[in-house]
Amino acid sequence: MSAVQLTPKDLKSDQEVRWCPGCGDYAILNATQAALAEIGVPREKMTIISGIGCSSRFPYYMGCYGFHSIHGRAAAIATGTKTANPDLSVWVVTGDGDAMSIGGNHLIHAMRRNVDLKILMFNNQIYGLTKGQYSPTSPAGLKTKTSPYGSVDLPFNPINLALGSGATFVARTVDTNPKHIKSTLLAAAAHKGIAFVEIWQNCVIFNDGAWKDWSTKDARAERTIDLQPGQPLVFGKDNEKGLRISGGEVEVVAAADADVWDPTTAAPLAYIMAYLDEREDLPHALGIFRQHDKPTYDGAVKEQIDSLTAKKGKGDLKKLIYTKDAWQVG
Amino acid sequence: MSIAVTRQDDVVIRFAGDSGDGMQITGNQFTDTTAKVGNDLATFPDFPAEIRAPAGTRAGVSGFQIRFSSTDIHTAGDIPDVLVAMNAAALIMNYKDVAPGGIIIANTGNFTERDLQKAKLATNPLEDGTLDGYRVIAIDINARVTEALAGSPLTSKDVLRCKNFYVLGLMYWLYSRPIEPTLEWLAAKFAKKPELADANRTALRAGYNSGDIHEVFQGRYEVVPVENAIPGTYRNIMGNHALALGLVTGAELANLKLFLGSYPITPATDILQHLAELKEFGVITCQMEDEIAGICTAIGASYAGLLGCTTTSGPGLALKTEAMGLAVMTELPLIIVDVQRAGPSTGLPTKVEQADLLQSLFGRNSDAPLPVLACATAADAFDCAVEACRIAVQYMTPVILLSDNYIANGAEPWRLPEMDKLPRFPAAQVTDPAGYAPYARDGKLARPWAVPGTPGLEHRIGGLEKENITGNVSHNPENHQLMSEIRRDKVLGVRDTIPTPEASGPREADLLVVGWGSTYGAIRSGTERLRREQNVSVAHLHLRHLWPLPYGLDEIFARYKQILVPELNMGQLSRLLQGEYPDHRFLHFGKVKGKPFTAREIREKITAVLEGKS
Ligand SMILES: Cc1ncc(C[n+]2csc(CCOP(=O)(O)OP(=O)(O)O)c2C)c(N)n1
Ligand code: SF4
Repeated sequence: MSAVQLTPKDLKSDQEVRWCPGCGDYAILNATQAALAEIGVPREKMTIISGIGCSSRFPYYMGCYGFHSIHGRAAAIATGTKTANPDLSVWVVTGDGDAMSIGGNHLIHAMRRNVDLKILMFNNQIYGLTKGQYSPTSPAGLKTKTSPYGSVDLPFNPINLALGSGATFVARTVDTNPKHIKSTLLAAAAHKGIAFVEIWQNCVIFNDGAWKDWSTKDARAERTIDLQPGQPLVFGKDNEKGLRISGGEVEVVAAADADVWDPTTAAPLAYIMAYLDEREDLPHALGIFRQHDKPTYDGAVKEQIDSLTAKKGKGDLKKLIYTKDAWQVG
Repeated sequence: MSIAVTRQDDVVIRFAGDSGDGMQITGNQFTDTTAKVGNDLATFPDFPAEIRAPAGTRAGVSGFQIRFSSTDIHTAGDIPDVLVAMNAAALIMNYKDVAPGGIIIANTGNFTERDLQKAKLATNPLEDGTLDGYRVIAIDINARVTEALAGSPLTSKDVLRCKNFYVLGLMYWLYSRPIEPTLEWLAAKFAKKPELADANRTALRAGYNSGDIHEVFQGRYEVVPVENAIPGTYRNIMGNHALALGLVTGAELANLKLFLGSYPITPATDILQHLAELKEFGVITCQMEDEIAGICTAIGASYAGLLGCTTTSGPGLALKTEAMGLAVMTELPLIIVDVQRAGPSTGLPTKVEQADLLQSLFGRNSDAPLPVLACATAADAFDCAVEACRIAVQYMTPVILLSDNYIANGAEPWRLPEMDKLPRFPAAQVTDPAGYAPYARDGKLARPWAVPGTPGLEHRIGGLEKENITGNVSHNPENHQLMSEIRRDKVLGVRDTIPTPEASGPREADLLVVGWGSTYGAIRSGTERLRREQNVSVAHLHLRHLWPLPYGLDEIFARYKQILVPELNMGQLSRLLQGEYPDHRFLHFGKVKGKPFTAREIREKITAVLEGKS
């Protein structure tokens, strides 16, 4: 692809953006436009494919190709698009309900196959578009219109699901930190293979403040830790604290004694970072959990076709139909 | 002593045995050899749903029927002249179908007490008078094969597995067919296992020679090649294979690469398997996680500029319905192949029925019209696949192509098309930004196909209702009315490019029989014979295009006093026709037994209707 330099404005469409005022989606849209302007791909080679949900309105607002499809199926549609034309930069925008409820099967299989897609999952722990039912990431006990006495469902941990499905790039970012979104998406774009990016997103109407304990600027410093390749695992207002992993356990240590983060390692450290979510005493992890190099599905499909075509020669339809066991009459 | 050879014009043989007995291989070999001899032929494989039903039981019986003839035929035959029964269960399940006085060859080696028990038989049907009125040829095939293969390095179990080739040899002898094609096939098939090739060759020859040596038959038969066959190059083909070839050809005629997203399901799986072999044609096949993903990848591929296709059978079609609506709304070309099978839910997965018609026409939320066509025979599946591609590309629409289990696994000689003369229908993908609008229309009401990667045509599509021309999301009531009408009219417009079918038989008659899909052969044979032998005033109209229906049907229907609609369902085409042509009366004739119509059933029904008894 020829490297091009766009401005975020080039990636705006002429459509009026219509999310509720204050919705976290706005910040993500702006940050995405800023990031995609820098990935060196011309607008015509970018396509955004989404499912159904508030977040899935995203393609209408982007000045590239877009496909707003049906609930849960974006990953499957995008798999077809990317496999048909590996030259395209294909981005999937989906919600926690869209991706993990109805679309759970397609999501895990796209990740397992390592299709070179960038999946942005906006997680607001609620169904926004259908006006506030609990989702597969809602915490147990959440009271919603369909769980008036508290949800008894146990939630998915999306990062764990992605890691378990074999996704080769797994990251998390948050709508309150546009710079972090942008750098995460740039890393995702640079990764060859599937990138699953969970984005904590605030639905001001139906689940306001779901992430506030971790997502506000102040909380972020104390209660989250940013996983950056080659950087020490430090957090706190002045980056004074660090994490060290030994014997499968995580301990808080002085910053100077912190481990350095390496998302390319095959070790199960990424899972341990995802499990931080379950510990009240430890920060939740943002940033890049895993970054592995593996052959992509779309690349392998193309390679097989290319190599067999080189070996057998370009298919000749006449020969295919007129086989040697054909016979002549008259 | 020389054995007399009698000429016959038309023969039906049924091979029946345990599902492990290799009856399908035997049948396919007999079919291929018969095709090479130059007979017209039709086959009907009938296998159990369970891969391994208990050996020797009635549930495990697998059958393969072949009819071959010196004249043009349309069905695999109603009544076998010869039944080969490899065990007691196979005999008891099949003998009643055999023509009176017909030949039954029974492998006595599999009629022991234990075999009778497994077949739930109190007495031995070979001895208790059950087969009175048939010419029974009892041969201990197990023993003959064991003798023939004495000294073979194979285990005795493996030796016995060669018995189907013994039977094949015997039938080749009886019907004067050459054994060379099968010898060649064995050599290729077992190139890496020479001892198996050897054993099967020996069994084949032993069976063939036993005809002369043992003199179990009074004579041999000969079925000479079809004389007035249309000149051309022929090959033998099964429906699923023809369909796969038709899809690749259709894509090439459209100047597009073919993309198949699919999920295995009987009896559609072979199409995926055949296409998966065609990498050097640039065919992309994706075996997806389910049917929904199958159709969705195909939609995604069509969006990216390829010819998206998905193949399935009934239950899979049900899963695809929501995505079909998306394809209707986004107006992308897409081929959806449904190889119908019997019954709701998982039903009778290996049996035949044609009961997905109404689902194909209406099985989507809201008004979501799309063209539907159905193939009639194995060879016709090729033409129908090409036709489906043409409609999809020219009209920017999903198309459903219906086949069924009878066509999928049935074989017939296929007169190969002259590839250079097939009309091309190159897809017109737009590249010029001047005047481009995502939902502008051409003369066929098709919208322009702008493919991601094309500079200046960046646009958004999706399942939400689109504003006419601009393609922006629109909730405007007038616009929804307009777009619904455009989608309807676009699909109806396909009529402009399809021919009015011609009824075969008299232009005016007492009765018109209207059919679709695989019942073509039975209806055609039944009506032809009634006209020829009994001078019955009956004609046959076959419908390939089921939506939209072609122009001119009204006038055709008006020329006949009564209209009979035989279908392997509870009344689907007849209901459609009744709604579309209320001035005529359509008499439904249904059968849902998991079996095709026989030509005789059609004849009897026609006679009953004409006699006012129905
Ligand atoms: C087949 C189908 N089932 C249900 C719906 C209704 N529906 C639309 S969006 C949605 C949930 C959206 O939640 P989420 O994916 O979390 O997205 P958000 O709106 O919160 O961004 C549901 C249930 C639908 N459109 N299609
Ligand atoms: S309902 Fe929630 S998620 Fe949807 S637009 Fe409004 S604030 Fe955003």
